[in-house]
Amino acid sequence: MKLDSKTPSGPLADKWDNHRFSIKLVNPANKRKFTAIVVGTGLAGASAAASLAELGYNVKAFCFQDSPRRAHSIGAQGGINAAKNYQNDGDSIWRLFYDTIKGGDFRSREANTYRLAQVSNNIIDQCVAQGIPFARDYGGLLANRSFGGAQVSRTFYARGQTGQQLLLGAYSALQRQIGLGKVKMFPRTEMLDLVLVDGHAKGIIVRNLVTGEIERHAADAVVLGTGGYGRVFNLSTMGLGCNVTAAYRAYKRGALFANPCFTQIHPTCIPHTGDYQSKLTLMSESLRNDGRIWVPKNKGDKRAPHDIPENERDYYLERKYPSFGNLAPRDISSRSAKEVCDDGRGVGPTGYGVYLDFSEAIGRLGQQVIREKYGNLFEMYKLITDEDPYEVPMRIYPASHYTMGGLWVDYNLMSNIPGLHVIGEANFSDHGANRLGASALMQGLADGYFILPYTIGDYFARVGAQNINTDRPEFGAAEESVRSRIERLFAVKGKRTVESFHKALGLIMWEKAGLARNDAGLKEAISHIAALREEFWQDAKVLGDNNEMNQTIERAGRVADFLEFAEMFCYDALNREESCGAHFREEYQTEEGEALRNDKKFAYVAAWEYTGDGVKPELHKEELTFENVELTTRSYK
Amino acid sequence: MNFTLRVWRQKNAREKGCLETYQARDISEDMSFLEMLDVVNENLVKDGIEPIHFDHDCREGICGACSLVINGIPHGGKKGCTTCELRMRNFADGDTITVEPFRAGAFPVIKDLMVDRSALDRIMQAGGFVSANTGGAPDANALPIKKDTVESAMDAAACIGCGACVAACKNASAMLFVSAKVSHLAQLPQGQVERVERVRKMVARMDFEGFGNCTNYYECEAVCPKEISVKNIARMNREFLKAITK
Ligand code: FES
Repeated sequence: MKLDSKTPSGPLADKWDNHRFSIKLVNPANKRKFTAIVVGTGLAGASAAASLAELGYNVKAFCFQDSPRRAHSIGAQGGINAAKNYQNDGDSIWRLFYDTIKGGDFRSREANTYRLAQVSNNIIDQCVAQGIPFARDYGGLLANRSFGGAQVSRTFYARGQTGQQLLLGAYSALQRQIGLGKVKMFPRTEMLDLVLVDGHAKGIIVRNLVTGEIERHAADAVVLGTGGYGRVFNLSTMGLGCNVTAAYRAYKRGALFANPCFTQIHPTCIPHTGDYQSKLTLMSESLRNDGRIWVPKNKGDKRAPHDIPENERDYYLERKYPSFGNLAPRDISSRSAKEVCDDGRGVGPTGYGVYLDFSEAIGRLGQQVIREKYGNLFEMYKLITDEDPYEVPMRIYPASHYTMGGLWVDYNLMSNIPGLHVIGEANFSDHGANRLGASALMQGLADGYFILPYTIGDYFARVGAQNINTDRPEFGAAEESVRSRIERLFAVKGKRTVESFHKALGLIMWEKAGLARNDAGLKEAISHIAALREEFWQDAKVLGDNNEMNQTIERAGRVADFLEFAEMFCYDALNREESCGAHFREEYQTEEGEALRNDKKFAYVAAWEYTGDGVKPELHKEELTFENVELTTRSYK
Repeated sequence: MNFTLRVWRQKNAREKGCLETYQARDISEDMSFLEMLDVVNENLVKDGIEPIHFDHDCREGICGACSLVINGIPHGGKKGCTTCELRMRNFADGDTITVEPFRAGAFPVIKDLMVDRSALDRIMQAGGFVSANTGGAPDANALPIKKDTVESAMDAAACIGCGACVAACKNASAMLFVSAKVSHLAQLPQGQVERVERVRKMVARMDFEGFGNCTNYYECEAVCPKEISVKNIARMNREFLKAITK
């Protein structure tokens, strides 16, 4: 299969303009003849659904939550980047583009990343117009902060709840269109299959989670904004409902899955306390601006932090990366934490934690300043751990947080299946091997507000309105396969809970495919996953009925998909014999233990094609060409 | 820690429900209330009993999905805290804990502790927005807004839409929820154009959905996990009065 990214020619800065001029438009009077299905109503899905409806298209939107306002975009705390240069500190579209592509360790597509930086400014304008209460200075203008190691202040924020406020903005735009009758909303509804008609995505099969009914929905195009797959690790900062099912079902219908091994592990989460946990709480990494990270120098030192003298502490990030210190990028900071814990120097009851200590900052700035900056985070930490970070250093540990990989899309955000568009975290395109802080919200809204609404029109104009009927045999066949899979899950009647399978899978993934990976470990993981999957289908216990609300069957279907998806993930990690961004292969590091990228062999997008259950998927490569940036090596020393 | 739970079980909207008693054993004080329920559920499933159903997602107090009336109080009564944030160390070992769904005429039970809160979405559809189509916005700094004004709007915008205010109110009033949105947008310049219409439409929809009236008990404010102030209700009343006398 030849992967055509459809990247427009011409100078980087003009590509998007030229492209918008050259793509086809749908006549305004004809827009009402087209219907789009939008699955997932987080930042990307809600903004896309609302914008498409505003343009005059009919939209059917779906989410598994009880309301679009619950989508996990809401969890983002820190902020959203834009190249406004309001602070007059030398920011520009080019700089935001460059920081993003470099942060991704040169594994994303130049043209997409540049476009992201270009539309970043429109997003802020749009959000302010919706009434989003971004922080402001005393003069009434918008405030910014520097975030995630950026050298300029370009992050807009609404206290520690930026994701919430942006999501509620997109939600309100969506609610307005629902009220106007242009969007038909299906909450508590889960997509379980994609329907292709003559090779084009023309519908989905869903399960109504309240009644258990299986329903068919047809449209002229399908848009997936179904988020990331971080819960393949089970323990993650993602919401408990986040899952890979919609994307994975599309993959099984022929959509390519790109770079699944690129997953971000966030360094500042509250450490886990016991096996019962399935969710970790993230704290904004802005904490690292003032907190110092350390562990005891000696293994097994169980003394209370105050009793460990200065010279017996190892401020390992400051030691290893003198110029960036505690602000070293997320991947480096996460990996270093795991290293010291694996070395037996971790702190807290489980030994999987490191200190994030504010005593020096409190001494320098006073408690009041620290309270103003981080008060709500300190309170949250205290609520969860019952320890007061003003008195005792916080404990943190990395956790799975964001997934850069996703379904492969071209410049139009269309997958290799015509008509199937993928937006937000669910696609792969903009962050490469690692995502910068405050860029997830930016990408979700860029796709939904300012990119998809144009590019989907090009597809509509080319194929015309088709008025697909759900009585077609393709819908019948897809529905049948969904039904029989659910019946099979009920029929297992085993002894082991679905939850315990998810935990077991998470453990395999965290140990062998988490922060650091190697050839032998990944091969082991693949065989363990296969064995676990087999056991699942022989011993999973699914109680209750199919014709009413049943959280166990929902969960079982999602875990079954994770059990297949995890294998593809490991094949991808195995194939990528280099270390880049968040993907660290132990075999490929410098003598100082830094990531060793291999641009000659691996400057490509790895896109995987489904070839059968339990069979290694087929690899397709999209070579990445860089015409405008030089591939430098990151150095945070 | 060990607890005795009395949990509302109801198979679906049509059938009657009742309180069932379960034991929660070996519970760590660090567990959240929902993690405690997860543990109970794992054991129920092992015994062949369908797990207790409840809504939840983010488990960090921001999505508004979790609910539950714990010992008679929505979200369990710890100030500024959702059920998913509530830790078991706030209970005493050996306690009997009663867990029921959010109750209100406008929130029909779906199953066990899960209720249908879509009425809140429908109130938002009636007017909880600024009609700003994508693309036409002026530069974000074109209109300076006083810092205090934005902070006050943000206080109201922090609502997570969980519906605890409704569940706590004797009249099942949604005034705190609705007033949070009205108040958020009424304070900002972007909200001015539709200010009058917004409050009128949202209040009308609130009444239509069967939510009760506010008679100033302020139970809503006491249970709100985001500590949204009842001052917003006063502001909404003023807004509404202006709207209907215009
Ligand atoms: S689960 Fe999201 S607020 Fe409790």
